[in-house]
Amino acid sequence: MRPFGYAAPATVEQAVGLLAAEGSEALAGGTDLLSLLKDDVERVDRLVALRGVAGLSGIELDDGMLRIGAMTTLQELRDHDGAIAALPALAVAIDGVASPQLREMGTIGGDLLQRPRCWYYRRGFGLLALTADGRSMVAEGDNRYHAIFPAGQARFVNPSSLAPLLVALGAEAVVHGPAGERRLPVEALYQAPQTAGERENTLAAGDLLVGVEANVAGSRSAVYEVRQRRSLDWPLMAAAVTLAGSGPRAEKARIVLGHAAPVPHVAAAAGDLLSGQELTSETVAAAANAAVEDARPMSGNRYKVQLARTAVRRALGQAAGMEI
Amino acid sequence: MTDDAKRSGFSRRSFLRGGAAGALSGGLATGLLTGEAGAAAATDAEAAETVGPGPVEIELEVNGATHRLTVEPRVTLLDGLRDRLDVTGPKRVCDRGTCGACTVLEDGRPIYACSRLMIESAGRSITTVEGLGSPGAMHDVQQAFVDHDAQQCGYCTPGFVVATAALLARHPAPSEPEIEAGLGGNFCRCGTYKGIRAVVAGGKGGGVSGG
Repeated sequence: MRPFGYAAPATVEQAVGLLAAEGSEALAGGTDLLSLLKDDVERVDRLVALRGVAGLSGIELDDGMLRIGAMTTLQELRDHDGAIAALPALAVAIDGVASPQLREMGTIGGDLLQRPRCWYYRRGFGLLALTADGRSMVAEGDNRYHAIFPAGQARFVNPSSLAPLLVALGAEAVVHGPAGERRLPVEALYQAPQTAGERENTLAAGDLLVGVEANVAGSRSAVYEVRQRRSLDWPLMAAAVTLAGSGPRAEKARIVLGHAAPVPHVAAAAGDLLSGQELTSETVAAAANAAVEDARPMSGNRYKVQLARTAVRRALGQAAGMEI
Repeated sequence: MTDDAKRSGFSRRSFLRGGAAGALSGGLATGLLTGEAGAAAATDAEAAETVGPGPVEIELEVNGATHRLTVEPRVTLLDGLRDRLDVTGPKRVCDRGTCGACTVLEDGRPIYACSRLMIESAGRSITTVEGLGSPGAMHDVQQAFVDHDAQQCGYCTPGFVVATAALLARHPAPSEPEIEAGLGGNFCRCGTYKGIRAVVAGGKGGGVSGG
């Protein structure tokens, strides 16, 4: 790793002040950032360590409102019986990170804001991976794990384990910046960059993700991940669904795909199709088809369209508690 | 936090130490996500001071002994243990938080030492395979690895032993899925998994208990 400075603020305000300076980067669990620094994919002048910042860790469940501090580790969340009982799909999403060491080190904020796994990005070709004359290395190269919903030249996928579920729940992110605290939907943390200088998240200099909040009362959620193997790896495709209402009818359905697009992909048409409907094998299959209707796979990832259909179908079945 | 470490100019005002999550999660109602906890903490310039990139004095406990040393912030816990403290049980293999050969316990919790900066472990307690037991007084898990011939080339073994001790501390009699999940962060290229499963499989392991 190249040399860098290090600051360990005690308060959110101090952290925000430090992060506002150019070349500063927040350090949470470090499992992703240190690898990027070792590989010289990213460079920093100063790391701002969040481990000692007061008020960033912990879990609260209050009248159906779940609040998770950004520095809470995945294992701490997994061990919180109240949170898991209120939202069993959390256990599926966390257990997908199939390494105790990564669950102990990795944080909620770090999971949400980890950098893409795109192998062109990880080899130093940038998030858009364009050649000098503007052609896409992804489109013309090996894109088996890339987006089936590319957004312009952004063809990587969002790798977060928790984002699809949180977006399906309509969760809010709490961000503290130089101008104070603000709340935004979790999906608004993400963007598909279109120029070389842009990132895949919308946080500005000095912004710190403080935590997330989700209303987990009265809705049924499920996460279904499709993996190449059972051991430690990212899924090929993931679907998260949230159904409002009880019984076979869904008052409202939210369907979100992970590992499918540069951002957590909200399959709005599929959700709308199911909202107010009874869940049957027919309506679920129709929703699964609608979820991939506008997919635009590339040369090597057509198989992911079928994985997405299957993941949506199985997640819906699990959320509704039915065999589909 | 010790006074010595504070004098080093490097204090760790950890609000939530490893292992305290369960106890704290019920009592956080005043601070979490409201900024109150942050505002309540004293805002002092020392804590927000930037140190490095040159060497910084830190203090940490390794296998029961307190060490004070100076390291650049970029030095990982793994490299600091091996190259500075001559604690070479944790192995440098992938160096990217994937293979598990560098597994150590930090305040009792299993972590990848390659993916933690040593400065981040200041004020904390590290246990490596050397700290579990010695050749003359082996930890149950170490003895069970010998009894079950659960190693071949041996390079992944120190990490596996530490991860196994952590797994058994959490699940004294783990089920098959718990074994898979509990050791899912460690790889053995020789394929000694059968012996390692025998180590962990409770009674079959000869009364192995967690660390």
